[in-house]
Amino acid sequence: MTELKMNRRSFLKSAGALAAVSCLPVSMVELAFADQKKNFTFAYISDSHIQYITGGGFVRNWDRGLIRAVAETNLLQPKPDFVVFGGDLAQLGMKEELDHGAEMLAKLNYKTYCVMGEHDYYLDLGEYWSKLYGPHYYSWDHKGVHFITLNSIITYDEWTHERWPTAEQPMLEMAGLDNPNGSPFMVGEEQRKWLAKDLEKVKKDTPVVLFSHSPIQKIYKGWNFWTEDAEDVHALLKPFDDVTVVYGHVHQIQYNQIGNISLHAVMATAWPWPYPQSYAQAESHLPKLTVPMNRADPFFERDATGWQFINMASGRVAMSYNLYNNTNRTVAFDPKTGTPRDSAYQNSENRIPPQTHY
Amino acid sequence: MSKKIAGAALMAIVLAMIVGRFTVKADEFTKEDLERWQNEYMSVVEKGRALWVSPELGTNGVACAQCHPNAANTHPETYPKFQQQLGRVIALRDMINWCILNPLEGPTLALDSAEMIALEAYILFERRGVELAPGKH
Ligand code: HEC
Ligand SMILES: [Fe+2]
Ligand SMILES: [Fe+2]
Repeated sequence: MTELKMNRRSFLKSAGALAAVSCLPVSMVELAFADQKKNFTFAYISDSHIQYITGGGFVRNWDRGLIRAVAETNLLQPKPDFVVFGGDLAQLGMKEELDHGAEMLAKLNYKTYCVMGEHDYYLDLGEYWSKLYGPHYYSWDHKGVHFITLNSIITYDEWTHERWPTAEQPMLEMAGLDNPNGSPFMVGEEQRKWLAKDLEKVKKDTPVVLFSHSPIQKIYKGWNFWTEDAEDVHALLKPFDDVTVVYGHVHQIQYNQIGNISLHAVMATAWPWPYPQSYAQAESHLPKLTVPMNRADPFFERDATGWQFINMASGRVAMSYNLYNNTNRTVAFDPKTGTPRDSAYQNSENRIPPQTHY
Repeated sequence: MSKKIAGAALMAIVLAMIVGRFTVKADEFTKEDLERWQNEYMSVVEKGRALWVSPELGTNGVACAQCHPNAANTHPETYPKFQQQLGRVIALRDMINWCILNPLEGPTLALDSAEMIALEAYILFERRGVELAPGKH
């Protein structure tokens, strides 16, 4: 009975969410492109952590998260121009997991771009992932915006290639977020050189949007909410007027403004993570700008998970978080403050108790 | 002082001298004792940490650490508290069992089992220094 009631409620809730999404963005952002055809949207799904169970089968909870994101994204109106999957499709980089995840993603009715996550990478250094999705880093242009995807979860060569007795070991070590044997993420010199070259041909007033798995900023090293060479990447992006970074990995709402760069995190479809400030032994640098997501209610397994819908009409990101068991959030670049802002909760007097994490 | 009482007192002193040779004094402990007790405690914390990252605690390979890195978001200092979803005041170990049963799809632990105590020891170790806040949501 409760089950039935719940399903009905969740259905109505998601129907409502879709309605809100479809009538939200264009009216609330300043249009940067005189050419209306250039105003477009895309969807962002991330961190599905499809997990193979030894002996057969997959963790049902994580499967449900991705299935739902794909189904709802397909219902979007207006249709997004493409979808980005933000990394951590698999839990332990296994073929079974990547195949099962790819099968679910294949149901998307749109072109899909993929970002590499550490859970996809460390078993075979991205080899099987590449068979499914191609190069680890690349760029493309779409309706006046330059898009870039980086593999930001590589680390020191010694850690990757020399430290561990078996090929499985680095995957198991990196998969534990709080594992002290892990190693900081980085973009690395090879990709930074490639990026510098890629950006040479881009005009300085072209909006640039960069997708990475790890935050291209330093929040908490202990959980790899971190990219070791973040400042070097920022330096390459500095000459451009409008730069946005969208990242996964953190399984929570985060946003920040560093110089000319707006940074936005996306939710996971699998499970939410605590904010680093709720680990009593840690020093956290959660951006002051961020109004946290609501604390998750574990009795609703989809609470504090979800997917995103992004409007690019301003040349900057207007991010709508579609939260399965919670009030949706919108965080959009505000030209008045020059930072991303939450449409409802940015002022401290508008905050609600579930946004306090401890 | 009566002879009787003086005799009894003398007797007590003699007894204490004899017994004292063979028993530990309850109110005195050494640096070595402290060290040993701390090590005993830490060995249980380590067992708790091992269970925390173990795919074997449940049946679906999911571990507590996947959602609670460093046991964050377990708020041991707030228990016992009113768990609104259950409609009653529960202990930390009840919520530990709830998470074993649900996200881990596993069998619950006996409330006084060595594993339960180890999980609590680990959770509280990661939360050391935080003020008690029983009842807080
Ligand atoms: C799928 C993710 C997930 C897994 C796996 C998981 N939990 Fe939880 N758990 C949660 C969430 C979400 C909360 C709510 C956190 C909050 O209150 O902010 C929670 C709450 C708790 C709480 C109560 C905290 C409070 O203040 O209400 C305890 C204790 C707990 N978990 C222990 C465990 C233990 C022990 C395990 C492993 C057996 C575990 N959890 C596995 C998601 C998970
Ligand atoms: Fe992830
Ligand atoms: Fe990740």
